[in-house]
Amino acid sequence: MTTKEVNFTVHHVARIEGHGNIIVNAKDGKIEECKWEIPESPRFFESMLRGLSYSDVNFIAPRICGICAVAHANASIAATEAAFGVKLSEQSILMRDTLFDAETFTSHILHTYFLIAPDFLGVGSVIPLATTHTDVVLRALRMKKFGNDWADIFCGRKTHPISQVAGGFVKFPTVEQLKWIKDKLEGEIMKDLEISVDLFKTLKFPDFVRETEYIALTKPDEYAFIGGAIGSTDCKPMPINDYQKVTNEFCVPQSTAKWTKHLRESFQVGALARFNVNHDKLHPKAKKVAQAFGLKAPCYNPFLISAAQLVESMHVVENSIMILDKLLTKGIKPEKPEVKVKAGRGVGAVEAPRGILFHDYTFDDAGKCIAANIIIPTNENHNSIQHDFDKLLPEIIDQPQEKIKLTMEMLVRAYDPCVSCSTHMLEVKFK
Amino acid sequence: MKPRVAFFDFTGCEGCQLEVLNFNLEIVDLIGAVDIVEFREASSDHSDEYDIAFIEGSQTTDRDVERIQKIRERAKILVALGACSCTGGVNALKNRFSMEENLKVVYGDSAKLYTTIPTRPTSAYVKVDAFIHGCPPNRNEVIRLVKCLLTGKKFELYHDPVCVECKLAENICAFERGEFCLGPVTRGGCNAVCVTGGRKCWGCRAPVDEPNVNSEKELLARYGLTVDDMLMQLKIFNGALEVSK
Repeated sequence: MTTKEVNFTVHHVARIEGHGNIIVNAKDGKIEECKWEIPESPRFFESMLRGLSYSDVNFIAPRICGICAVAHANASIAATEAAFGVKLSEQSILMRDTLFDAETFTSHILHTYFLIAPDFLGVGSVIPLATTHTDVVLRALRMKKFGNDWADIFCGRKTHPISQVAGGFVKFPTVEQLKWIKDKLEGEIMKDLEISVDLFKTLKFPDFVRETEYIALTKPDEYAFIGGAIGSTDCKPMPINDYQKVTNEFCVPQSTAKWTKHLRESFQVGALARFNVNHDKLHPKAKKVAQAFGLKAPCYNPFLISAAQLVESMHVVENSIMILDKLLTKGIKPEKPEVKVKAGRGVGAVEAPRGILFHDYTFDDAGKCIAANIIIPTNENHNSIQHDFDKLLPEIIDQPQEKIKLTMEMLVRAYDPCVSCSTHMLEVKFK
Repeated sequence: MKPRVAFFDFTGCEGCQLEVLNFNLEIVDLIGAVDIVEFREASSDHSDEYDIAFIEGSQTTDRDVERIQKIRERAKILVALGACSCTGGVNALKNRFSMEENLKVVYGDSAKLYTTIPTRPTSAYVKVDAFIHGCPPNRNEVIRLVKCLLTGKKFELYHDPVCVECKLAENICAFERGEFCLGPVTRGGCNAVCVTGGRKCWGCRAPVDEPNVNSEKELLARYGLTVDDMLMQLKIFNGALEVSK
């Protein structure tokens, strides 16, 4: 082998939500440094929420993340409901679940089309695609706009949600709105989604595997997104209240975000983790999408997180068609959310599009927050990304520097990181 | 030559940039009229020259302060986009505590590894040419600003309080529902979206320029509230405001 130096830094990796850096330094195939750095300015939400009333906490918490605001709202509300012992009505659960489906769908479409597809089409962003691949971009915009409208009908505004509160909802969709969503899901959106699957299955995802632990919420009878237990590919399900025994957060100097580990050196969360833990509970049409991608559980290739997102997109569309059928059959009626404030602690767990998310609050007897702990999926994945880097780089070190750089950036983007939750992500330093 | 437009994100949730992506089909037309040269959330293409720089988020580290000054030097027009940049937004909630306390609460024994400075709005560090308020900003207002800049027209902020649009939306007053609403003192332009959505106004678009002080005092008295109560409530989105004035 000829003498070759590979030195680069990707400062603030693009097309991810938040800031991160990749630093690589290698000589003659010997890797001296390979590091995933998080320099994002921390927000201090856990400190900031102290002293606010529970309803202000629920309204402010979605501001942790512009993309998964509905997920943060639901984790925040679930934690509050757990602390106060609130039981939701069947109607509230149906409304909440289809709102959450809208969140998952919209985020997955944004990620696969706007943040992932440009790498495969050899461009820096979706913007030049507007002229070269107009039909693709218009389809992506159409699906994303529909996803926003779908969520808006239930929560008033997707970024940041308004009408969902502890104990249920304060605004209710009309029958016409429910019918409109259902017609779209069964018609135009189903067709667009099928074309999307056909498009993305032609992309050649990098061939890379690293076996690890996968963690996701799990329920006996449904593909879980809200509540249930903490499932793992390595052990039996664990109660949500024991989340700190699963996440084991630790600080590392290269990151303003805290990292996590459970039974192995790292664990992965997100669409692929959910697929690996819960694949048998997918809707039959979603299982067909998995087959189209050749996706079989357990799958150890992190680049296929994007494929798992399309599998889930089909699942949530099918799931919400069933929910809307129920709401239309029973008829939707205004219900007043009932909340009795009391002192106590509650933990809420949801599957944000990019993985398991925990909010843990302690309230005083007036309902003011006195302590908060929030663990976000992107932070849970940092350690997994670092371990993927450690295995991936030696496998591709003989390739040209630009190719190495792109593959490593693509790996980070595959995780769909959302670093502003915590901190920002990706600077690839080939120094 | 088309104007070069850049988006820069500081400390925040990036929801403002997302609202721009949410122009949906309109964004295709907008892209035709300008060159988007920096948009890290959606693009890996970079540039160092720009006519219009949109600033999202607050500056909360010394590094952020240096960066905003460099951006100001290169930008002809600098726009504060969203509450975090305009007023400090929810990020200023941390200013209620000492920075040492914030670091200790979040990082515990590892607090010494990190630093942070009190949240300030962008205007505390550099000259801001236009403000687009809100958390999140109203996307139509962003489009209106870009159109004004393209055609050389003056961009005017909405002057009336949220109550005006709220009445037009035929909402029941949130005070009547037992809520503490900031609509009477907050700049409108949001179509009173939060009250229409069944809640109240949290004041994310900052106070109106000339609030009707006497009427607000009367209103507060009628519901057994005080000016101090109102200022506490206003702090949720405007905790760093005195610095921006």
